[in-house]
Amino acid sequence: MITKVLSKSKWQGSLYSFVVIISLWHLISLLLNLPIVPSPLTVFANIIEIFTAKIEIHVFYSLSRIIKGIAISIFLGVPLGFLMGYFNKIDRLFSPLVYFTYPIPKIALLPIIMVLFGLGEASKLIMIVLIVIFQIIITSRDAVRDIPQETFRSLQSLGASRLQIFTEIILPASLSEVLTATRLALGTAISILFFTEIFGTEYGMGYFIMDSWMRVNYLDMYSGIVILSFMGFCIFVAIDIAEKYICSWK
Amino acid sequence: MIKIKNLSVKYQGKNKDTLALDNLNININTGDIYTFIGPSGCGKSTFLYVLSGILKDYSGSISIDGKTINPKTQRIGLVLQNYGLLPWKNVLSNIMLGIKIKNDKPVLDEYGRYILKQLGIDNLLDRYPRELSGGQQQRVAIARAFILKPDLLLMDEPFSALDAITREEIQELFLNIWKKNQVTTVFITHSVDEALYLGSKIVVFSPSPGRVLKVLDNPCFKLDNLRFRDEYYSMSMELRKIVSRG
Repeated sequence: MITKVLSKSKWQGSLYSFVVIISLWHLISLLLNLPIVPSPLTVFANIIEIFTAKIEIHVFYSLSRIIKGIAISIFLGVPLGFLMGYFNKIDRLFSPLVYFTYPIPKIALLPIIMVLFGLGEASKLIMIVLIVIFQIIITSRDAVRDIPQETFRSLQSLGASRLQIFTEIILPASLSEVLTATRLALGTAISILFFTEIFGTEYGMGYFIMDSWMRVNYLDMYSGIVILSFMGFCIFVAIDIAEKYICSWK
Repeated sequence: MIKIKNLSVKYQGKNKDTLALDNLNININTGDIYTFIGPSGCGKSTFLYVLSGILKDYSGSISIDGKTINPKTQRIGLVLQNYGLLPWKNVLSNIMLGIKIKNDKPVLDEYGRYILKQLGIDNLLDRYPRELSGGQQQRVAIARAFILKPDLLLMDEPFSALDAITREEIQELFLNIWKKNQVTTVFITHSVDEALYLGSKIVVFSPSPGRVLKVLDNPCFKLDNLRFRDEYYSMSMELRKIVSRG
């Protein structure tokens, strides 16, 4: 199973992209020869040097915010999406609201959220959830709608209850799409995280990167960017593996 | 005995309702296979959906042994043309699904193992449907229906998506299993050959809206080497005439 998930070609692909990006970065740093673009080698050396002392705590804070934000979005969004997909009445009630609010750039609401919920953790989580949850609601709803009617027939003829139809069909049929949506939402969540961590906190990768920038410590700033990217990549791969594992029937 | 009285089904269209089944009356004897044949669009599948409890919007009455039909209380086995297997369950879980829904212990007993062996799928239990051929998937669907020990077995053109050789093979296999476990069966088909080969009684439907044109006793049923006999040929001609007359 694991060998199938961590296929050789995938690792080779990741390694290849890593080498290409680092080489390009190195090339640019050599060409420009400016302190704003340090060589990747010095950055990696810096990471090794300062990680436990300076960066670790920020990784911990950012990671927990992302995981909490996505978990809350799934916890609220998936059931609502499922209900909307299964019951037309609920869909008619919520769909217009979702469609109307989805395209609003919710990051613009950050000041209001901060005034209402303070500068602490709550407003950061609310911001992530506000932006990520729509993708998850819409994908869950469409996943349920896309289940062909024939799939339900056998269970209906067996006199299955609503709960049985949910656990035997709706959940397994849409799980893979929900995980894909989560993976996509992750990219958005990290950008929002960065933005919200600029204000009202002394912990988090966003804070670390901006703080290093203010102090004109470009090496630390680059280290932060590399770590934040690596963090995103790790969660991305984790969801990928989870999907392969849970949806091994595909 | 399954008694169907004055069964009518209307589909709501945009401007007017279309009548799919028009005042159907028929009694189905326990332990017989009834093959239902008729032109496409005559409401055969609609009839099956009513019997299986999927379509609840009908008028008239249907009872099994005096009790109104209800998939929650009766055991109804359904085998569909597209097999009706759940792609995320392996063969064993798909087969046990019926029993699981009925709240029985989902374990394979001796009878279950016997059915699987008869159908030649006892070595495929941990495969997923996408890893099986059409014929194998249909065997799994048949196994699921029989292991449920249904009061009524419903089959909606189950073999029409299979190639000719697989189809004849699986028809024979189905008949062999059925003969050992004589479940009351409603078998929908559009093939005269299949109706003759599998039906102890043959019900001919009229073109839309569906009515019962004729119920025939099938003298060919239970004859060996049926397809090579004169009786088969003459019965086939007779049936074709009735179907085409409408």
